[in-house]
Amino acid sequence: MSGAKKVTIGVLGFQGDIEENVAATEQALSEMEVDGAVQVVRYPEEMEKIDGLILPGGESTVQSTLAAIQHSLPVMKKRISEGMPVLGTCAGMIMLSKRAFDRVIGETKQKLMGDLDIVIERNAFGRQNESFEADIPMAMVGEDSFKGVFIRAPAVTEAGKDVEVLAKFNNRIVAVRQKNVIGTAFHPELSGDSRIHRHLVKMAVDFRRDQKINN
Amino acid sequence: MTISLVATEPRPKGVKVEIDNNARKVRGTTLLKRGFAHMQKHGVVMDVTNVEQAVIAEEAGAVAVMVLDKLPYDVRKAGGVARTASVKVIQEIMDAITIPVMAKCRIGHVDEAKVLEVTGVDMIDESEVLTPADEERHIWKWDYTTPFVNGAKSLGEALRRIEEGCAMIRTKGEPGTGNVAEAVTHIRLVNSEIRKIRSLYQDSDRQELMKAARELKVSYAIAEETARLGRLPVVNFAAGGITTPADAAFLMNLGCDGVFVGSGIFKSDDPAQRARAVVLATTFHDNPKIVMEAQKMVDEKKSLLGLDTKNLELRMQERGQSA
Repeated sequence: MSGAKKVTIGVLGFQGDIEENVAATEQALSEMEVDGAVQVVRYPEEMEKIDGLILPGGESTVQSTLAAIQHSLPVMKKRISEGMPVLGTCAGMIMLSKRAFDRVIGETKQKLMGDLDIVIERNAFGRQNESFEADIPMAMVGEDSFKGVFIRAPAVTEAGKDVEVLAKFNNRIVAVRQKNVIGTAFHPELSGDSRIHRHLVKMAVDFRRDQKINN
Repeated sequence: MTISLVATEPRPKGVKVEIDNNARKVRGTTLLKRGFAHMQKHGVVMDVTNVEQAVIAEEAGAVAVMVLDKLPYDVRKAGGVARTASVKVIQEIMDAITIPVMAKCRIGHVDEAKVLEVTGVDMIDESEVLTPADEERHIWKWDYTTPFVNGAKSLGEALRRIEEGCAMIRTKGEPGTGNVAEAVTHIRLVNSEIRKIRSLYQDSDRQELMKAARELKVSYAIAEETARLGRLPVVNFAAGGITTPADAAFLMNLGCDGVFVGSGIFKSDDPAQRARAVVLATTFHDNPKIVMEAQKMVDEKKSLLGLDTKNLELRMQERGQSA
């Protein structure tokens, strides 16, 4: 359980749009008037002190390699199995998946965490020229659709029976949830809309409260 | 930082609105182009000339590769005209790795850039490493769906490139020399110029800020946004002469968002090991113990020997600087 005084959201700080996720989470905390903190985390001991975690966008191969070097993966996995809420955006969702295939190369050799029972197609919509913005209906965050920013984005090609599909674009699954783990193929941190980050903060506040009761 | 959309053209040709199975989508927006650059942050982009090097780079943890016909060090040795890489090589590399593939075109060479866009590279570097095709004009990058990166050695140069539509800046440094000194000079200069306009902004001295914008040869809007942010409004990488893990850490600690390594890796005698070490030092630049571990992974006897930057016949950094 978190030793910090207030709810603390960690952002995995190896590579990618770390600062953008910090900013989006700070925006969420301020809009919700929650007295919380956001912390960039890289080392195993830092993973023990947070109530929620965001795996940012970037290159999943690079991030998982660096996480493995720092022995952070087992601690992250342990915290997730304890129920700590996690949001993986784009590369973050790939890291959380069970298996990943590249559109051109086939199955990738990268280390994956497997906390989401999903199979990923990387670069599913094509290369950067095919990156796009589109409005995505997503009931979890309300009636108004969410501005999806898809950058060399992956898609979910198979989802296990415990996986809830949160959003689709053109019949392709682009957001999922399995218990305390949420993955999006797009980048909510770049949309200016903090609703998905607010959702994670709410889950983190609940998780922290439940942990306190249990202890 | 979040993504700044300053200086975005009202109706750029590079933006494509499409209907895909009844779903509307928009490609080539400033958010998508600058957003792509944001995904490279804290990473290392490595120069490569063939598939074999690209695979080594990907396995070592490169965030992207930059395809060239010759590494900058060899461009210096060969002399003659340096042009964009062979399309065949670029395509072979795109088919061999999963990380983004970038390629260089000559400064001002609109049609080399169009060819690269059609080839499908993820980012185009309008680069002073190649021989400029137009000494006075850069490419109008708003016309492209593909994002661009440009080199700059001063704040004015960087902001002018952003106004032309580039989505990412890198220091010019002095490529192919193995000497990081010029890159250090450039990032230090940009930082001090930003500090100066930021203090004008904080003092609400708009007259002086306007004067500064005119001296930088940029619009007031972009000068004000930069002053407000206290940093460049796009992602800014270090490039030019980075050879060791400590070089990469040094430039990260000066405020760069990531690094490009050109000749430093594949002109060394320990490329795979060095590539891994530079990635490690870039991510953990603020932790001297890990940077030391990274330094330990490389052998100084195997580093690119390098060139004296004071007596070079060809100073690549001066290409396109006045435009």
